[in-house]
Amino acid sequence: MADDKNRMGKVMNEQEKFEKRKKITKYVLITISVLFVFFMLVMPLFCIVSSSLKQGLGFYFKSVSSKYVVSALKVTLFATVIAVVINTFFGLCAAWVTTKFSFKGKQVLATLIDIPFSISPVIVGLAFLMTFGRLGWFYPVIRWFNSVFGANVRIAFAIPGVVLATIFVTFPFVSREIIPVLNAQGKDEEEAAALMGAGGFKIFFKITFPQIKWALIYGIILCTSRALGEFGAVNALSKTRGETFTLPLEIDALYMSGTENSITAAFAASSILVIIAVVVLVLRNILEYRAKKKGQEQAAS
Amino acid sequence: MYVEMKNIYKQYGDFRASDNVSFGIEKGKLVALLGPSGSGKTTLLRMIAGLETPNAGDIFIDGKRVNDIPASKRGIGFVFQSYALFRYMTVYDNVAFGLELQKVPKAEIKERVMKLLEITGLSGMEKRYPNQLSGGQRQRVAFARALAPNPQVLLLDEPFAAIDAKVRSELRLWLRSMVTQLGITSIFVTHDQDEAVEVADEIIITNHGKIEQMGTPSQIYKSPDTPFVAQFIGRPSEVHNYDTLNGFDKIEGADKAVIRPEFVKISKFGKLDRYMSAAETGIVEDVVFRGNRLDVTIDVHGIKITGEWSLEKDSLEIGEKVNLLIYRIYVMDDTKAYLCENKEMQEDDVFYI
Repeated sequence: MADDKNRMGKVMNEQEKFEKRKKITKYVLITISVLFVFFMLVMPLFCIVSSSLKQGLGFYFKSVSSKYVVSALKVTLFATVIAVVINTFFGLCAAWVTTKFSFKGKQVLATLIDIPFSISPVIVGLAFLMTFGRLGWFYPVIRWFNSVFGANVRIAFAIPGVVLATIFVTFPFVSREIIPVLNAQGKDEEEAAALMGAGGFKIFFKITFPQIKWALIYGIILCTSRALGEFGAVNALSKTRGETFTLPLEIDALYMSGTENSITAAFAASSILVIIAVVVLVLRNILEYRAKKKGQEQAAS
Repeated sequence: MYVEMKNIYKQYGDFRASDNVSFGIEKGKLVALLGPSGSGKTTLLRMIAGLETPNAGDIFIDGKRVNDIPASKRGIGFVFQSYALFRYMTVYDNVAFGLELQKVPKAEIKERVMKLLEITGLSGMEKRYPNQLSGGQRQRVAFARALAPNPQVLLLDEPFAAIDAKVRSELRLWLRSMVTQLGITSIFVTHDQDEAVEVADEIIITNHGKIEQMGTPSQIYKSPDTPFVAQFIGRPSEVHNYDTLNGFDKIEGADKAVIRPEFVKISKFGKLDRYMSAAETGIVEDVVFRGNRLDVTIDVHGIKITGEWSLEKDSLEIGEKVNLLIYRIYVMDDTKAYLCENKEMQEDDVFYI
C-alpha cells in the first residue's frame, strides 16, 4: 500500500513536471514572438510616424501635399486600381480553369502563375525594359503603331510600363487565394446546377461566387497592398520624378536627396502608405470577423 | 425498354470504364447498378445523365437516342453521392432552383416545392441551410430537388454511402416506397449488395467495365451466371479441391468452387440426425461474434468453410470437432458458374421416397 502511494506520488510529480515544462515553453515562445514583432515591425513603423511629425504638423501637411508627392500618389493609385481590376479578372479565370477543368499542361500553368512570387521584382522590371524599351524586340511594333496612327505610345519609362510592372508582380494573389477554396468545394454543385439547365453565368453567380466570395475579397486586399508598395519592378521602368514616379519611388528619391527637410518629407510620404496599410489591415479583420460570424450564425441557428 | 444502353464503350486514358455495355430497363422499375469500386457503375450512371460522353455506343431514353441531347434536356433527376446541395441557398431555394430555370410561375413553384417538402418529410425546414441539416435530411433534400422538375428518370449515385447505418436502413425503405409510389424509373449505384437486394426490383452487376449479370435479386442470388457473381454475392468461402468433399464430384475444367454460409449446416459432433453419409467432419478453427449469430470457420481436412451458428444453441469452442453437412456449392470454371447439389443427399432422398 505504502509502496503504491509512493509510486503515485512519483507519477504525479512527473505529470506536474510535464505541465510545468509545457507552461515554460508557452511563455518562452510568446516572449520571442512579441519581442520579434515589436523590434522588427511595431517600432520601425512607429519611428516612421514620429519622424514624419518631427518638424511639426504644418511641415507634415506641406510635404504630403507637395507637387511630387501628389503626382506620385496619383500614379500609385492609378496603377493599383488597374492592376487589381485586371488581376481579379485574370485570377478568377486562372483559378476557374485550373480547378474545374483538366487539360494537358495544367500543372505547368499553375506553376507559371506562381512565378511572380519567386522572382525578384527588379528582374521583372528589367525584363519589361528589354521587351518594350528601345532595344527590346517589341519596340519596332510600338514604333510602327506610332508612325501609322500618329500616336506617341510609350511603355518603358512611361505610365503603361509602371502599370504593366505592377500587374506582373501582383498577379498570383487573387488566384492563389481562390484556388484552394475551389479545390476544396469540388464541382458537384456546379454539375448539379448544369444538369438542371443552368447556364455558365447563372452557375457562376448563384453557385460559385458565393463560395469564393470571402477568398476573393481577401485576395483583392492582398493584391492591393502589394501593388501599393511595389518598388523594384517599377524602379526599373520609371525614371521621371513628378510624372511616372510612384509613391515608393518618390519616398526613395526624397530620402536619397539627403537634406534634413527632404528626409522628414520622405517619412511623411511614407506615413501615407503606412496609413493605407493599416486601413487595409483593419478592413481585412472586419471582413474576416464578419465571415466568421456569418458562418457561426449559420451553424448555430 | 425505357432506358437503354447499346454497345457502350468509355475509355479514360488506359482505363476502360465501360466495355461493350448493353442493357435495358423497363419503365417504372427501380434498378441497382451493383459492383466493386472501379467497376464502372458510376460512369454508366453519369453517361445516362449526360455528365460523361461515351466513346462509342448509343443511349436511349423513352425510345429517343439521347447521345447528342445535353444533360439538362434529358429530363433527368440526379442525386449526387455527396448530395451537392447548394450550400449558400436555403432548402426551399435548393428545391426551387430547377423550376426557376424552367421559368415556372412563382406560385406554381411554391406549391410544388411545398408538396415535395411534405412528401419528403421536410416541412418546416424550408428556411434552413444545408449545413443545418442531418445527413438523412440532406439526402431527402437532394431527392426532393432531383424530383422537382418532374424528371422522366431518377438517377442516384451511391445515395446512402454517407449516412450512418441505422438511418441508412430507414432511408432505403423510404426510397423504395417513394419510388414505387411515384412510379418513376430509377437507377441507383451501390457497392453494397444488401442495399441492392433490399431496394431494387432488378440488379445489374458490373465488373471491370462489363455487365456480369442482370436479373431480379432472387435470380442473381439463386443462380449466379458467372464466377464473379458467385464470388461477389453472399459471403461465400472459396474452395479449391472441392471434389474431396463428401458428395461432390469434379467437373472437368472447373477447379474452384464457392460455398455460402447458408449452404452448410453445422452440428455438434455426432448430433447430426440425418444424412450422416453425406456429412463431413471438421474442426472449429475460428468463431466470430456477429451480434445475432456466430460466424464459424471450420477446417475440413484442409478446406476452410464458413457457416453460421445460432446463438440459441450451445456455443462452439475453437478446436471442437463438428459435423458439417454441405447442401450445395457453386463450381466455377473461367467463364461460368454451375450449381452442384450434394449427391449423397439426393440418393438418400430417393431412398426415403
